[in-house]
Amino acid sequence: MRFILGFIGAVFAGVLMIAFISNLATYLTNRPAPLPADEFHLPPKEVHFTSDGPFGYFDNRQLQRGFQVYSEVCSACHSLKLVSFRDLKDIGYDDAEVKAIAAQWKASKVPSINPDTGEATTRQPLPSDTFPPPFPNEVAARAANNNALPPDLSLITKAREGGAHYVYSILTGFQNQPAALLKKFPDAKTPPNLHYNPYFANLNIAMPPPLTTDGQVQYQDGTKPTVDQMARDVAAFLVWTAQPELARRHAAGAVVVFFLLIATILGYLAYHQIWDEAKRAVRPTGPLDPENQAKSRRAKAKAGVAG
Amino acid sequence: MSFSWAKPYEPKSPFMRWIDERLPLPRLVYGAVGGGYPVPRNLNYWWNFGIAAGLFLTIQIITGIVLAMHFNTSTDGAFNSVNQLIMRDVNAGWLLRYAHMNGASFFFLVVYIHIFRGLYYGSYKAPREMVWMLGLVIYLLMMATAFMGYVLPWGQMSYWGAQVITNFFSAIPVVGEPLRVWILGGYAPDQAALTRFFSLHYLLPFVIAGVVILHIWALHIPGSNNPTGVDVKDERDTLPFHPFYTAKDGWFCGAILLVYMLVTFFLPNYLGNPDNYTPANPLATPAEIVPEWYLLPFYAILRSFTADFILPAKLWGVLAMFSSILLLFFLPWLDRSPVRSGAYRPVFKRFFWLLIIDVIALGWVGGSPVKPLTVAVGQIASAYYFLHFLVILPLVSAFETPLPLPRSISESVLHGEEAEAAPTGSKPRRTKTATAAAE
Repeated sequence: MRFILGFIGAVFAGVLMIAFISNLATYLTNRPAPLPADEFHLPPKEVHFTSDGPFGYFDNRQLQRGFQVYSEVCSACHSLKLVSFRDLKDIGYDDAEVKAIAAQWKASKVPSINPDTGEATTRQPLPSDTFPPPFPNEVAARAANNNALPPDLSLITKAREGGAHYVYSILTGFQNQPAALLKKFPDAKTPPNLHYNPYFANLNIAMPPPLTTDGQVQYQDGTKPTVDQMARDVAAFLVWTAQPELARRHAAGAVVVFFLLIATILGYLAYHQIWDEAKRAVRPTGPLDPENQAKSRRAKAKAGVAG
Repeated sequence: MSFSWAKPYEPKSPFMRWIDERLPLPRLVYGAVGGGYPVPRNLNYWWNFGIAAGLFLTIQIITGIVLAMHFNTSTDGAFNSVNQLIMRDVNAGWLLRYAHMNGASFFFLVVYIHIFRGLYYGSYKAPREMVWMLGLVIYLLMMATAFMGYVLPWGQMSYWGAQVITNFFSAIPVVGEPLRVWILGGYAPDQAALTRFFSLHYLLPFVIAGVVILHIWALHIPGSNNPTGVDVKDERDTLPFHPFYTAKDGWFCGAILLVYMLVTFFLPNYLGNPDNYTPANPLATPAEIVPEWYLLPFYAILRSFTADFILPAKLWGVLAMFSSILLLFFLPWLDRSPVRSGAYRPVFKRFFWLLIIDVIALGWVGGSPVKPLTVAVGQIASAYYFLHFLVILPLVSAFETPLPLPRSISESVLHGEEAEAAPTGSKPRRTKTATAAAE
């Protein structure tokens, strides 16, 4: 049986070596051509968000500013399907404010049924509704956006490597195609209706720059609405939409870890107490006990070691 | 009951006596994990991971049962029931879900340590072959359960993972494609697949629990192995499980839970894939389809077969991937060395660490995009994996001269070795290590 199994092992290894050699030959004779994205794609920018790291928390004023950017700019194309109006109480709005936000929501309406005729109609959202999507379906969304589909933003900071940093980088990363890129890859000119953005995976994003001028949104708390500030705020808001529990999670985690730390230390002390007794029961004497020293001498003599 | 000096259960109260006479359940528990199970006294901390695996199985079952109460088994509703209902609206739903997600990772982590401990200390050898094989059955069931669980949130990686894994079956000649369609209940993952995966994902953990009972039952016939690999000789070599190992396992499980909770509360998505927060879309393939980290080495083996040779490359890959686990069932007979513990096997020990590096390399390859370098590393590492178990291990066990073994466990514990006992079937030999031990 061992021979059969050894043979099987050798066969697998042999086939792998054939694959290895044929790949090596292909690689040497026919190197894959580099792509523009291999060289010009950039990792997300280094910016600080209060939600970063294990002690991350939310700044409600920033989240409210971010919400304002979402509702005045992003919500024209991007849905927020998993978030309800009532969830906004989490970021510091009170019941009346949430009610007003839902009642005055301009971007889109909620499909409904006319109670008198039974005909399909629409109504203003209620606090218990999720944010109604700007387009009724994917076909409508693509038709309005040059066949590109604006993704839902509820989970976007969890669905992209880099999270809020990625969102911020995309929003502030629009630029002209570098001359070096066109020189090296003359065929890689950004196609019409796409926009060059080195933070996007394939460098050309369908979304036109959404934040273009300072003061595009008038902040109520007096913060200066620069493009950078608006991008930061909306990215922070989207961290909240993806992980509304983040601050609570961190607070609960600290308590849990503290409790477990104490419990584990007590458990460790109990373990030592129990085992010390067992060890004494087996070995009542120490290394200086004459009997043990004699044993040790005999062992050393037999092994031919000095001392 | 494993040893003659194992203490029988003695009820401490009339109530317990009443129960014991009618249903000897207290007796069973006492003999299994109580004072009635004598355990070698020299177990090190690598022996704590079996209990930890039991702990994580329990955590998975409890969190899973509650999550199932809120889960919507439909392709339209699954993603939202996880990411909206459970994560936002269910009380502490985010905790249940993150605990379940990361619990799977920690379950695999402790099981991998448990398996590699068995590999190093020869716990698979006679008389514990059945323990080893039942453990492998648990491991296979775990992989099936984890895969099906990963499909349930119906994100991009769920969908495409299901697509890729079920595609393995289509590599089988003749019956492959009908088999794949039968397993999925359709030509691609859809409602039928989601519903059956949910049903099986709920069932299999209880099957695992059943096999765990068999695993422990089989273990209690010969009793636990130990770091010296030397058989238990008499009562001085053992301690009752309770309170000694319950105390040791207790604090150690606390320490593991601490790490688990740190990840769950502070880095809950660290081990996950961002693509799974995008709803499944059969029309958009993600740039990279990767399984969860604990399956990456096998994924690397699968992808390493890139050349057709008599059989198509895909069939080679699938055969190799299944063989890579199935060959472990033959391990007790592939490794012929009578010495169990790797601590007394100098040549085996080197190859063992090489295997660890090899498996980590395979994991890295499995998680990396396909590039000429990663493919080449994957092919060499996969070849070593098979050669290690099927060629190197049998040869090493035939030609290696093991170090002298201690005569008994208590002797090795007390450090009073006066002489070393030669292992059966090998020539005694004085070595540096033995001399150092004698000092």
